[in-house]
Amino acid sequence: MDLTNEKQIEMLRQMWLIRHFEETAISLYREGLYRGSTHPYIGQESTAVGVTAVLRPDDLVLATYRGHGAAIAKGTDPNTMMAELLGKATGLNKGKGGSMHLADHSLGFIGSNAIVSGHIPMAGGIALANQLDGNDVVTVCFFGDGASCEGPFYETLNMATLWNLPLILVVENNEYAISTHVSESISVPDIAMRAQGFGLPGVTVDGRDIYAIVAAAREAAERARRGDGPTLLEAKTVRWSRHSAVAAGGGKDADRWMETDPLPRYEAELEKRGILTADQIAEIEAAAQAAIDAAAQFAIDSADPSIDEIYTDIWAEAAA
Amino acid sequence: MAKLTYAQAINAGIREEMHRDDKLVVLGEDIGKYGGVFGVTRGLFDEFGAARVRDCPLNEAAIVGFGVGLAISGHPAIAELEFMDFLTFCMDPIVNQAAKLRFFWGGQVEVPLVVRMPIASNMGFGTQHSQSLEAWLMHVPGLKIAMPSTPYDAKGLIKSAIRDRNPVVFIENISLYATKAEVPDEEYMVPLGSAEVRRTGDDVTIVALSSMVPLALQAAEQLAAEGISVEVIDPRSLAPLDIDTIVVSVEKTGRAVVSHVAHKTGGVGAEIAQQITERAFDYLDGPVVRVAAKDLPIAASQKLEAEIFPDVGDLVAACKSFAG
Repeated sequence: MDLTNEKQIEMLRQMWLIRHFEETAISLYREGLYRGSTHPYIGQESTAVGVTAVLRPDDLVLATYRGHGAAIAKGTDPNTMMAELLGKATGLNKGKGGSMHLADHSLGFIGSNAIVSGHIPMAGGIALANQLDGNDVVTVCFFGDGASCEGPFYETLNMATLWNLPLILVVENNEYAISTHVSESISVPDIAMRAQGFGLPGVTVDGRDIYAIVAAAREAAERARRGDGPTLLEAKTVRWSRHSAVAAGGGKDADRWMETDPLPRYEAELEKRGILTADQIAEIEAAAQAAIDAAAQFAIDSADPSIDEIYTDIWAEAAA
Repeated sequence: MAKLTYAQAINAGIREEMHRDDKLVVLGEDIGKYGGVFGVTRGLFDEFGAARVRDCPLNEAAIVGFGVGLAISGHPAIAELEFMDFLTFCMDPIVNQAAKLRFFWGGQVEVPLVVRMPIASNMGFGTQHSQSLEAWLMHVPGLKIAMPSTPYDAKGLIKSAIRDRNPVVFIENISLYATKAEVPDEEYMVPLGSAEVRRTGDDVTIVALSSMVPLALQAAEQLAAEGISVEVIDPRSLAPLDIDTIVVSVEKTGRAVVSHVAHKTGGVGAEIAQQITERAFDYLDGPVVRVAAKDLPIAASQKLEAEIFPDVGDLVAACKSFAG
């Protein structure tokens, strides 16, 4: 593993930023500061952070409504993200998108999408655009086990493999599609096995093991950059929380939470490798908490959008 | 001036735009080597190659979804559906994605995507290949919709649709593909949102869409012999809809018939009729009359299908239905 120490520390910082962002997003929701819903990424931080760790700034990332983690991992500013959740004028998307539609194209975070699997063919088209442009940009598309049951996933597996596209399809198998367990919805033990039927590599890794994620993502990215085509990468994770802040019931496997939390696991590894001390780790966590507290304050203090905003950003100028 | 069919006119428009913008990509089923199931894309594969004229598997959701991805990545795209009925497979990329991305991402993208699809009404294709589903699309903010009825408009509108930086659904009509007319050799555009008065008249306005336009002109001809002067308006686009041109006509005639091959209930004719009523109520002698397909599944048998779709006689009767 040739991740620099600096990079490994940055990865821990990002994981804590995500964790605290989500905890704060849930509490602000419960305080009634925004409506709709929010879909926490808690427990899955290692996947988004591990995959994006191997990407270049010009690589592109698409995510789902459970996309706060991917956004932060790609470098999106938590202040404007939190303001977007609260529907404020300073929000990433001017308050028009909300929790499920974050995007920051200046950072290659193409965005999150609230139609389960709706963004997967779009990711294929983006990868095709880059192939046509003759560059070596990689497109990464995150989605869940639920999306892996939708037709557009299979259509994209076929087309992306047929056309040898520079695409990494990352299925985050957190075992539940709202209430439905994978044992009740998916006909194979590993979703990566789907790849066999389409002729692309399918890899299953422990999504809580960030080093395993990094290794698998690096291989997939190198393969895509070489022009050797797409990879289906399955990260087995555990979503400890409910589906969303409004969904009924808790995760049935909440008691597994402590043993599956990727953060202590990663911290122990960093200590073991002599990269960080316990005190330094505590400082990183505290700094992340402070950054997210500031993001929450920024969001709360920001003004609502002007009513005129609903009439803008619908149409692009008619002709180029 | 060359005589081109409606299909050739669309082909010529696409070809010109592919020369103009080397980023433009065409994708769909059988559109490349085969030239399109109705020949609309004939020759493009040989001229522009497999990378830009992409034969796709049978997967409409991915064809349009990939088109969205291309469009937001600097490659304007034209996705083709072989029949409009297959819209059922790709409503998500059109309705939830293409039409909305720019808005919910706060203006961070443009979506220069054209989705072409033909209506095949009254041609014996049966229940699942004969529908005209434009009402589903007109209901969606963020979409533009073109619906040409002549070769001239087909070429001018496809060029406008391709150059538009927004998603445009381009609704063709298989029964019009062989229609031939003179089309200028020099470049021209027909703007989206501009209706055309096809025939001027004083007594009744017929607003006709797509393949109902030639039937409306025939009806007008018949009625002229009976002393009824009919004005025929072809909206050419549903979104934006040039309601002003329609209202000016209705203010003159005081009577309006709206006609399409889509089913009557919830069809775009209802929307156009309501907009006429809102804008020109005081000018109307009576309710706006709709001449549309019956609200029934479409039968394959010619005799049965003819009973479902409106014809010249229905238009004539509608125009005569106004008292006085």
